[in-house]
Formats: sequence, structure tokens, C-alpha cells
Amino acid sequence: MSQRHLPLLATLAIFIIAYVASTMQFPAMFSTRVIGNLLTDNAFLGIVAVGMTFVILSGGIDLSVGAVIAFTSIFLAMLLETTSIHPLLAFVLVLVMTTAFGALMGAIIHYLDMPAFIVTLAGMFLARGLAFVVSIDSIPIKHAFYETMQGMYLRLPGGGRFTLIGGAMIVIFLICILIAHRTRFGANVYALGGGVPTAKLMGVDVARTTVGIYAISGLLAGLSGIVYSIYTSAGYSLATVGVELDAIAAVVIGGTLLSGGVGFVAGTFLGIAIQGLIQTYITFDGTLSSWWTKILIGVLLFAFVALQKGIFLFSRDKSASRS
Amino acid sequence: MSDTVSLLRRLSPQLIALGVILFLIWLVFPAFFTVTFQNGRAYGSLIDVLNRGAPVALLAIGMTVVIATKGIDLSVGAVMAICGAVAASASVSGQPIAVTLALAIGIGVLCGLWNGILVAFLNIQPIIATLILMVAGRGIAQLITEGAILTFDDPALAFVGSGALFGLPFPVVTWIVVALLVTIVLRWSALGMLIEAVGINRRASMLAGINAPVLLIAVYVLSGACASIAGIAIAADIRGADANNAGLWLELDAILAVVVGGTSLLGGRFSIVGSLLGAMIIQAINTGILLSGFPPQFNLIIKAAIVVVILIIQSPEAKTLLTFLKLPRWASLGASKGAEQ
Repeated sequence: MSQRHLPLLATLAIFIIAYVASTMQFPAMFSTRVIGNLLTDNAFLGIVAVGMTFVILSGGIDLSVGAVIAFTSIFLAMLLETTSIHPLLAFVLVLVMTTAFGALMGAIIHYLDMPAFIVTLAGMFLARGLAFVVSIDSIPIKHAFYETMQGMYLRLPGGGRFTLIGGAMIVIFLICILIAHRTRFGANVYALGGGVPTAKLMGVDVARTTVGIYAISGLLAGLSGIVYSIYTSAGYSLATVGVELDAIAAVVIGGTLLSGGVGFVAGTFLGIAIQGLIQTYITFDGTLSSWWTKILIGVLLFAFVALQKGIFLFSRDKSASRS
Repeated sequence: MSDTVSLLRRLSPQLIALGVILFLIWLVFPAFFTVTFQNGRAYGSLIDVLNRGAPVALLAIGMTVVIATKGIDLSVGAVMAICGAVAASASVSGQPIAVTLALAIGIGVLCGLWNGILVAFLNIQPIIATLILMVAGRGIAQLITEGAILTFDDPALAFVGSGALFGLPFPVVTWIVVALLVTIVLRWSALGMLIEAVGINRRASMLAGINAPVLLIAVYVLSGACASIAGIAIAADIRGADANNAGLWLELDAILAVVVGGTSLLGGRFSIVGSLLGAMIIQAINTGILLSGFPPQFNLIIKAAIVVVILIIQSPEAKTLLTFLKLPRWASLGASKGAEQ
């Protein structure tokens, strides 16, 4: 049991060590302001990474999410600019669309027996193309309801702001932790990741689970797009290019194996926190260029994968010597 | 002779797709096939497709072999950026062309070596192993160019991107030569078969005496080398290295080219000619949409639609269905036979 938790504990330890080290250098980093901003700035990435966790746990991958976020933001902006419907109704509409989009990809993956990589790659082209068709300009969102949502925050002691979208990310993480570990669907996702034939033999409804997983990923990508539009007050079809890679990196740094079946939704939260921490540190430092973020994330990715391999080899040696 | 026939039969979906796409382009843009010679060099839309498709074609050669081993190389776009940056900075610092090219290709080989070692010795899944370099690589490239677009003025290096040889643009000659070399080495020796064996079942191939780790490293090195050549070509074309945008998302186009070309992502049998056809199909779609005067916003949607159609036709389910339709009289017998196969 503890061995399964080791990658998660390692991520947690690295996060704490990194955070303590950077507060020693910049005492101002240990403040509710920084933590509040960390949550707000990474809210959309966190939400989409939750969906990616489910997909990766099942042994698949979803490359379309960045494009779906961009489509959601530009579609909402267009809808709110040209019609007078209430944003909440627009949210429902767009969520239905992205969920159906995800479900369709899941259905193609399952029924046509095509690799998730290629299907979601085509999905990425399609979603990005649809976003271009809606508009190629950046459209600002000026709606009273948006201003209300942006104004909603809890003031934390020390001047930090716990914003609505930061809260939304945490709520979604909590809900999805429950879904992953306390529901039949969650167990089915892990079973699929362990191997499709075994899952079938165990009586898992593979079709329904696969479609469900990609539908959830689409739903969360849509939600992430809504959060992104609240965060930036605009819709732009070229936004969030490459977010799927950040999400995959967060999932892997969070201790989930890309081969599926092993990992925790909570680990993804730590992965997001570490990525946010690196960015915050680079902002605080001021002399490091932004491309160091990418190199550091690459190094971290390598470190975690090597760590997981090390744990795996170590445990195999132990069990081999025992038998 | 029978080899040629079976090759043609195997590649018939790709050839038909390419033919249909070229025909559609010709319908909306009749001057498409016109090739004119000026200053000892061919010009025309068709040549343009071959030339613009060169980076993806080069990447697709390496990617095909990697995918044949059941791997994938996500880092090629970033490697292109790194090698373009290396070539530009070497040229700026006054190195002769031979040193510049050797340095850039050497760095590409090193990148491939890194990927290969991760996959072969640390047993990391290819998609993750190459994701590391994909994420970090662009940062490294920016480190080399110091965040700016590094421009150079060496006519010899620029020739690699925009010169002409035998009347053809130099990038076209490059990808054709690289493809021929790789095909000859892989197919006139047992190497190609050994690579397929590793892709089908790595464990079984090792038990049969194949040195799988060395083969795996070799295919990632090949992919890195192909990416470096593509990176040099792109940097040489614009006489500058753009660490941010050089080769951006080209890994996806290359993977798409391989899959459209009929090589399965599950490894095993591969066809470099198929992948090159795939690369040309993708480029023909891109050029065709531009020529036909569609609003450019529709590019991605049309591309996605065509790719989905090609993929669905190739999918195992569709093939089963096709066999089923072909043999209506012995439906039950044929279907059960198809299932066994």
C-alpha cells in the first residue's frame, strides 16, 4: 500500500522542500497573496489536468483539450457579444457541446478501435479549426455577470484573495477524487488502465467507461474554458496552445503512470502546484528567463519518471528475493 | 515484379487518397500541375508541395522507423528548433559550412541518443521519454539563441534551405536522398525485419537473439538525425533560427503522416514510402486549401475531416466490414474467417 503512495509522497516532499527553499530566498513567497495567485493563475490548467488524469489512468491520452479550451472561450465570447442570453445558459450550452465532443472521440476510440493519440489529435485539429471559424480575433467579454464573478473572492488573512475560479478548481479536485476512489466508474477507469482484456473479463463495461472517460475530459476541458474566459475576460482562438502538454506533465509529475492504472487525482494537484511554484519563483527572481520554466519542467519530468522506475525496480528486487 | 505489384496494392489507399486530393485541387485550380523551368530550376504548385512538405517528410522517415518499434518520438519538433539554433549560432560565429552542418547533425544525434537510452535502458515509455525533451528542448533552443531570432548570412548554409540541385529545390533532393538511403539500408539488409520484430514483441525478439536495446537506440538516433536535417533546412530557408516557432507541432504532422501512410501505431510492419505519401497527402491538403481560396479559417477543419475519413477507412473495424460486404454469399463463413485472421 505504501509503495503505491511513494510517488505521491515524493512529489509532496519535493513540493515542500522547493517551497521552503524558495521562501528562505524570498520570504515574501510565503504569503496568502502568493498562494491565492497560484490557485487563481493555475485554475484552468488544474481543471483540465483532472480530466487528463482520468484519461491517463485508463491508459489513454487526450490531446484535444487545449483546443477545446480555446474553442470554449471564443464561443462564449461570441455568444455573449452577439446575443443577449445569460452567461449561465451559455455555460450549459457550451458544456453540453464539449461533453458531446469528448464522448464522440471516446466512441470512435472504442468502436473503431483506433489509437487515442490519433483520434484526439484529429479532435484537436477539429476543435482548433472550429475556434478559428467562430472568429480569428480576440473578443473581449464585457458582461455584468462576468464582472460579478471576477469580483467574488474571500479575503484571506495577509491580503491574499481566494477567488471564485481558484475555489472552483479545488471543488472539482475534491469531487473527482471522490469519483476516482469511491465510485464504480472510478474503479472501472483503474481497471481499464490495468489492461482492457482483464477489465473485460472482470465484467467492466468497456464501451461505456471509455466513452464516459473522454466525455468527462471534454466536460472538464469545457469548464476549464469557462474558467479561462473568466480569468482573461476574453475569448481568443489562438489561446492555450500546448496546454495539453502542461496538463500531461502535471499528471506525470503527480505520480500517475502514463501506462495507466496507477496514480491519484490528488497527485495531479501537487503536479500543478509544483509547476505554479516554478513559475512564481522565476517571476520573483526576475533575472531568469521564462524558458527556464520549460527546462525545469523537463528536468522534473525526468526526475519523476526515473524515480518511479527506481521504486518499481526496487520493489521488484525485494519481491524477487522474498520468493 | 510481383514485389512492385504487392507494394502498389498495399499502398493503394494512400495512392487513391493522394490522387483524389490532387484531382480535387486540379478542379478548383487548373494550373496546379503546370511546372515551368526558369534559371535551370522547376517552379510550380506541384514542386511547391514537394518542397513545403520536406520537413514533415524528413521527420516522417525517422518517425516511421521509431513507430515500427512500437515507439513514438514527440521530441522531433523541439530537436528541429535546437539544431536550427545550433546551425545558426555556429554560422554566426564564423564556422565553415561543413563544421556547421556536422555540429547541428551531431547535436540531433545526441538528442536521439538521449531518447534512445531512456527508452532502451531505463525502460521508460517512449511517449514520456520523448515528452521530456519535447518540453525542455524548446527552452534549450531559446537558451542557444538567447531568446532572439538568430539570423545568419552564410550563402552556403542558405543553399541548404533555398538552393536548387538537378532543377529541384534542395530540400526536396534532401528528403528523397535520405529516404532512399534509409530504405536501402533497412530493406537490403535484415535490419528492417529486425526492427519490425522488436516492434511486434520486444521480449520475444530478444529471446530470438536480437539486440533490441541497440536497435532501439539506433532508431531514435535516426529520428534525431532526420529532425536535425529538417531543422537545418527550415532555419536555412528563412536564414534565421526561431527557437519559438521552428518545427512547432510538426511532430504531430509527422505522426499523422506515418499513420495516414498505413504504419500502425502498435508497431510492427512499416512502410517508409507510405509515410512519405502520407506527408505529401498532408501537404497537398494544406497547399490545396490555400490555392482553392477557401477562407484560411477552414484549413484545420477540412484537414481534420479528410484525416478522419482516411483513418476510418484504414481502421480495423472498417476493414472487417469491407471483407463482410465483399463476400455476401458466404457471409457467415467469411466473417468467421475474417475474425480468425
